Amino acid sequence: MTLLENQPAAIPAPREITTKPRVSDKIFRGVVTSGGLSSLVILGLILIYLAYQGYDVLSSQGLNFITGSEWNVVADEAGNIDYSQTKFGIAAMLIGTILCATIAVLIAVPISVLTALYLSFYAPTSIRKFMVALIDLMAAFPSVLFGIWGFFILMPSAEYWAKLLHKYLGFLPFFNMEVPVYTRSPFVAGVVLAIMIIPIVTSISREIFGQTPLDRIQAAYALGATRWAMIKAVVIPYGRSGVVGGAMLGLGRAMGETVAVYTVLNIVYQINWQVLLGAGGNVASMILLKFGEAGPGEIKALMASGLALFLLTLIVNSIADLIVKSSGAKGR
Amino acid sequence: MTLTIETPKPSKPWVATPKQRLATALIYIAAAAISFVLVQVTPMKGKLAYFAIFFFASIIIDFSISYAQRGIASAKDAVARGFVSVGMTIAIFPIISILLEVLKRGVKGLSFTLFTTDMSATSVNDPLGNGGLIHAITGTFIMVFMALLVAMPIGILTAIYLTEIRGKFAAPIKFLVQAMSGVPSIVAGLFILSAYVYPITGSLSGFAGSLALMILMIPTIARTSEEVLLLIPSDLREAGVALGGTQWRTVALVVIPAAKSGLVTALILGIARVAGETAPLVLLTGGGESVNVNPFSGPMGSLPIYIWKCFGQGTEESIARAWSGILVLLVIVLALFTMARFLSERKVKK
Repeated sequence: MTLLENQPAAIPAPREITTKPRVSDKIFRGVVTSGGLSSLVILGLILIYLAYQGYDVLSSQGLNFITGSEWNVVADEAGNIDYSQTKFGIAAMLIGTILCATIAVLIAVPISVLTALYLSFYAPTSIRKFMVALIDLMAAFPSVLFGIWGFFILMPSAEYWAKLLHKYLGFLPFFNMEVPVYTRSPFVAGVVLAIMIIPIVTSISREIFGQTPLDRIQAAYALGATRWAMIKAVVIPYGRSGVVGGAMLGLGRAMGETVAVYTVLNIVYQINWQVLLGAGGNVASMILLKFGEAGPGEIKALMASGLALFLLTLIVNSIADLIVKSSGAKGR
Repeated sequence: MTLTIETPKPSKPWVATPKQRLATALIYIAAAAISFVLVQVTPMKGKLAYFAIFFFASIIIDFSISYAQRGIASAKDAVARGFVSVGMTIAIFPIISILLEVLKRGVKGLSFTLFTTDMSATSVNDPLGNGGLIHAITGTFIMVFMALLVAMPIGILTAIYLTEIRGKFAAPIKFLVQAMSGVPSIVAGLFILSAYVYPITGSLSGFAGSLALMILMIPTIARTSEEVLLLIPSDLREAGVALGGTQWRTVALVVIPAAKSGLVTALILGIARVAGETAPLVLLTGGGESVNVNPFSGPMGSLPIYIWKCFGQGTEESIARAWSGILVLLVIVLALFTMARFLSERKVKK
């Protein structure tokens, strides 16, 4: 009997060590990447389809589509549009869009920045939590709600404010007006849009202010700064560009708003610089207005207007995004 | 001999003393008195005058007291404090007003029949008890659910790509998702009109509406999910890989379960984002008056369209109906929002 037979132990073959992805991982990466690229596909498709549908209008109108402000459809009995005589120009609505959105930003940004400063540096914790929840909730309110609230409840007050503006600041050209029609003016639409974009501008400003380096804040306090002196010396230089980006994001939102503007604005197809006068428009609400009675040819013009609106908001949003992203590196 | 050790009482020098609080209250009372007197005496009238005078009076009083006590720096601080609080007040005012008005005006039209009948047999002048919005609720539910079915995988896959794979497209995709969240809702509607309704079906349907809602939903879901996935500590991922898991198994069995409640929050926020979307549905769904559960044929009602139509009809009864529709929609959005907050709070506590 042998206790030990000197047999060498069987050495298992060395495992293959590799960084090569497995088949399952390859599939996984493929699926996830294609899912991730879907946003590119969707945006591309929007561009292609709107351009395709609006091509007839864009090619026949040329640059006049952007610069002209006549919307005059000439069609024969079968509904075919005579492109040589028909005029599609959206300049009036483009100007209206920019006007309403600018008013909104001018009103909303100071309020939002002050609110964000209050929430970041002044509010006690309990109030802050409640207010932040309330403002986030406001961001989720549907636009039709803002529109109807604006029409029934805000409009009487806004009209009164417009009269005050006209009375005391009427010497400024854009507050001047010959016909005293104050209802449903770009000013009222701007106020409603301002209320709609306050949540987003506030939350972006708050985020930016929250990124201010704590050591700089504490250094300012240690040097004996009051709260305002600290904000002026540290927070504002640090967050300025971020707030500008947030304001542009709000501008983009205000430009694309449809239902709320449609509800409170008296849409008149003319260029109107008098912000208190009850006539104006914006591209989005014009599309909604004309869609109901539009024939197939006019629908194509609406598609082209949609393309213009899409490109406009895309550009504004992209610039805003770049500004927000590049902020934070500066400051004292 | 007994030795008494006096425990020092913690003092909070930064908390306002009763005397300071009294002083603050006195400032406000004085400002209120001034605004009352000025509104009575001068031609300035109305709520706006009260508000403006109260605001300026309190700032001026606060400024002078601070200046007398501590000098110019403190006085400037007092002015800044005043402006910041007034900004907050103005921002919060519309929210309170909206909530109160919707409650006040919407309650009138609420009844049991509102949730059991549709509008097919009701005309604009019928009293409020007639007709309801069951067709609108079912329509909204079906469309949002179908939009969610498509938007959920796309949104979450985008977020996983941005946080887990981080490939060479990560930066452009992030940019595009941001750009997509700025697409005006009416443009989404026009796109579906040009790409689906005209070339393929030729008729308006609930499915067309849900396609547009999907486009608007994806960016919200993608961005919120991305934030949630970024919060998952990379220790978990490293542990998964160290145990021999492939990336697929690590993501599916470790990262996603850890982020579950956050991802549900993202979906809820996506739903809340599109539940009240009106413009694309006006273009795409046809807005029926009776219950239609087939999204592929026939017009389909929805809550925003119900509100929109009732508002447009303009009679006293239909405007009351619009307000009750808003109340129902607002309650739904509030419920979704509370649910999302509750879930994300719980995630933080864990």
